[in-house]
Amino acid sequence: MNEFLNQLAFGWYPYFAITVMVVGSILRFDKDQYSWRSQSSQFLRRKQLSLGSNLFHMGVIVLFVGHLVGLLTPINVVDGLGIGHGFKQLAALVVGGIAGIAALIGATLLLHRRLVDPRIRQSSSFGDIAVLVLIWVQLVMGIGTTWWTMQHLDGEEMVRFMGWASGIIRFDPGAPALLSEVAIIYKLHIVLGLTLFLITPFTRLVHIWSAPIWFLLRPGYQIVRSLSPVRRPDYSRTKGPAGDGAPSFGGTAVTRAQAESGSSGA
Amino acid sequence: MRIRAQIAMVLNLDKCIGCHTCSITCKNVWTNREGVEYAWFNNVETKPGIGYPKDWENQERWQGGWVRKRNGRIVPRQGSKWRILSKIFANPHLPEIDDFYEPYTFEYEWLQKAPELQAQPAAKPRSLLTGEVMNKIEWSGNWEDMLGGEFEKRGKDQNFAGVVEKEIYGQFEKTFMMYLPRLCEHCLNPTCLASCPSGAIYKRAEDGIVLVDQEKCRGWRMCVSGCPYKKIYYNWSTGKSEKCIFCYPRIETGQPTVCSETCVGRIRYLGVVLYDADRIEAAASVEDPKALYEAQLGVFMNPHDPRVIEQARLDGIPEQWLEAAVRSPIYKMAMEWRVAFPLHPEYRTLPMVWYVPPLSPIQSAHEAGRMSEKDGMPDVRSLRIPMRYLANMLTAGDEEPVARALERMLAMRAYMRARSVHGRIDRSIPERVGLSAETMDDMYRIMALAAYEDRYVIPTAHRELEEDAYVLRGSGGFGFHEGTNGATKANLFGNPKKTPRKPMMDAPT
Repeated sequence: MNEFLNQLAFGWYPYFAITVMVVGSILRFDKDQYSWRSQSSQFLRRKQLSLGSNLFHMGVIVLFVGHLVGLLTPINVVDGLGIGHGFKQLAALVVGGIAGIAALIGATLLLHRRLVDPRIRQSSSFGDIAVLVLIWVQLVMGIGTTWWTMQHLDGEEMVRFMGWASGIIRFDPGAPALLSEVAIIYKLHIVLGLTLFLITPFTRLVHIWSAPIWFLLRPGYQIVRSLSPVRRPDYSRTKGPAGDGAPSFGGTAVTRAQAESGSSGA
Repeated sequence: MRIRAQIAMVLNLDKCIGCHTCSITCKNVWTNREGVEYAWFNNVETKPGIGYPKDWENQERWQGGWVRKRNGRIVPRQGSKWRILSKIFANPHLPEIDDFYEPYTFEYEWLQKAPELQAQPAAKPRSLLTGEVMNKIEWSGNWEDMLGGEFEKRGKDQNFAGVVEKEIYGQFEKTFMMYLPRLCEHCLNPTCLASCPSGAIYKRAEDGIVLVDQEKCRGWRMCVSGCPYKKIYYNWSTGKSEKCIFCYPRIETGQPTVCSETCVGRIRYLGVVLYDADRIEAAASVEDPKALYEAQLGVFMNPHDPRVIEQARLDGIPEQWLEAAVRSPIYKMAMEWRVAFPLHPEYRTLPMVWYVPPLSPIQSAHEAGRMSEKDGMPDVRSLRIPMRYLANMLTAGDEEPVARALERMLAMRAYMRARSVHGRIDRSIPERVGLSAETMDDMYRIMALAAYEDRYVIPTAHRELEEDAYVLRGSGGFGFHEGTNGATKANLFGNPKKTPRKPMMDAPT
C-alpha cells in the first residue's frame, strides 16, 4: 500500500479516533447526560431481542476483552510467562472464533429486527442503524480474518499486530511500518475498529462507558437524597461547598447530588 | 429512631365514581409527550379485571416487589444485584408496550378536509409508534371499563385467589365492581429504586417522593420489572424511565397533586406521616405476609408523642411539618381509625398510597329480609364485593381488618342517620365498633363532608432551611435540557426519537 495511506491509517488515525472518543465522550457527558442512554428497543418489540441481544453482547464483550488483552500485553510478558506464540495464536483463534460467531448471529438477529420491524425501524435514528451495520461488517471481517490467520498458525502475524499496538501506545513512529505488508482484510478490520471508536461519542455506544458494575458495590439497596448537606460539616452557608472552589450554580441537580446512599431506607 | 416525614395519600374508594378526571388531568400536565403517550402516571381500573398493564398483579409473571429469603432477608423478586446485572442485555421480565397498549391517534383532519363523498368520512386510527393505520384496536388504557369484556378474561384477576364460587360473579345479577385509581405508591421500601443499576432513582428525605433522575438514568429498564405496581414507564423516545412525580412542584408549595386537586368525588387525601427509617427493613422482612399490614403501621410514629416530636426536631423536620402531622387526615384514617389500607402489602414495598375499601350493596334483596341487621347496618359479609377479594388486595388476604373498617364505615352512616334523621345521639353505635362518638364526628367531617382544608394538609417545603440560596443565585431553576441545545435542529449527540407524522394525522401534543 501507498506509504502515505499506511501512515495515515495506522500512524495517525488511531490517535485521532481515540482522542475523539475520549474527548467527545467527556464533552457529551458534561453537556448532555440526558442524551446518555442505552436506548434499548426491547420495550417496543421483545421478539428476537432476547436471544439476539444476549448472544451479541456476550460475544462482543469476550471479543473486546480478548483484543485488549491480546494486543496490549507486552510481548516480553507473554514470553516471560512461557506462553508460546503458536499456542496464543491458536487460543485466540478458538476463543475469538466462538465468540465472533455468537456475536455475529446476535448482530444478525438484531439488525434484521431493526430493519424489518416497523416499530423499531421507525424509531431508529441514522446512527442506530449505522452502528449496527458497522459492527455487523466488522464481525464478518473479523471472522473472515481467521482464514488468513490459519495460514500462519505460528503466531508471526499476531506478534506483528502486538508490536504495532504497543508501538502506538509508546508513540513509536516506526509502528505503522509493521503493518505495511499484512493482508488487506486485517487492515480494513483495524480501520473499521478505529472508526467504531471514533463514532462512539455520537451514538448509543456511549452506554458502554456506563456499564453499571458499580451497582454491585452499592451499600444496601436504597438511596435517599436530601437537600440539606449530608455528612458535610465544613459546608459554608455563604460560600457553598467548602474547598470546591467557586460556588455551584447547578441548582438542585447539583445540591441533591450530596446524596446519602444505601445505608438508609431498607 | 431516625424520623423522616412523608407526604402520603389516601383514596376513599367508597366515593370513587370512576370518572377518570384524575387520569386525564394528570396526562394533560405530565405525559402528553412523545414516548409516554401510552403511559398514565395515574389510571383508574375497574375491578375485577386484569388491569393496566395486563395482569400487573401477577408477580409470578412480572417478578415485581420483594421476596423474603429463608435467612430472613429480603431481595428483589427479580433477583439480587448479580442476577439483575445478568439480565441487563435482555430483561426477561420486562413488559412489552403491547402489555400496556399500542398508542394511537386518529386522522381528525380528514373529517374537516374530506371532499364531498358518498359516505360519511371516518377518522382512521394511526399508530403513534409507526404512523401506520391500525386495522383494529385491541387494547387500550382502560379496556375493561365498567366490566367491559367477558368474565373469563377479567376473572383472571389475581385478587380472586381463594374467593369461593368465583364463577357466580360472572353472572349479570350477581356480579360486583369497584374502581381502583392507581398511581405510584412512593414506597418506603421501593423495589424500582433497589433494582436500578445506575442508582438514578432516589427517595427524597424531606417529603418521601420517589423520583427518577433523568440525567443519571441510562435506560437499563430494571425498574420497570422491579416495581410490582408497574408504575414505572419506559419512555421509548428518550430511552429513560419516567414515573409519577407526585406533582412535587405543587406539593413543595403546599398545593395538592393535580389528580387530587381535580378529583370531583373528593376521594383523595394528602397529609404528612412521620416514620422511623430504622424500622423499614424489619417491617418489610416480616415472615407472615398477613402480618405485613400491622408491621407497616408499626413504622409510623405518633405525632402527638413528645418523644417523637423531640426526635423529629433533632432530625431536622420543620415545626410546620410537625404541626401538619398532627392534623394529617392520613394518620387519622390509616392509624387511628384503621379504615385505610396499603395496596398489596405482600409486595413488601411499604406503599404510601392507601385505600379505604368500598362498601357495596347487599348481595340480594331476597337475603336482605333475613339478614342480621342492627340500626340498619347489614352484616359486612353479606355485601356484594367478597371480603376475600378486598382482603387479597389490601391486607394480603387477612379479612379481619377489612371487615372492621367496613363495619366502622357502616356504623358512621347509622350513627349519622340516627343523629340527623331521628335527632338522637346513639353512643352505642360507635362503641360497638370500638370508637367514641367524638371520633365518629371527626370521621364524618373528614370522610363524608371532606372539605378541601381537611383533605389536604400539606406543609410547604422549607428550601430556605435546606438549601443555600446564595449558591443558587443566577441559576435557571426548573427546565428540561432539550430546549437549550442550541438554535439548530442538528445535534451532534443525537435527538430523541420522533413519532412519524402522516398527512391528516393528529400530531401528538
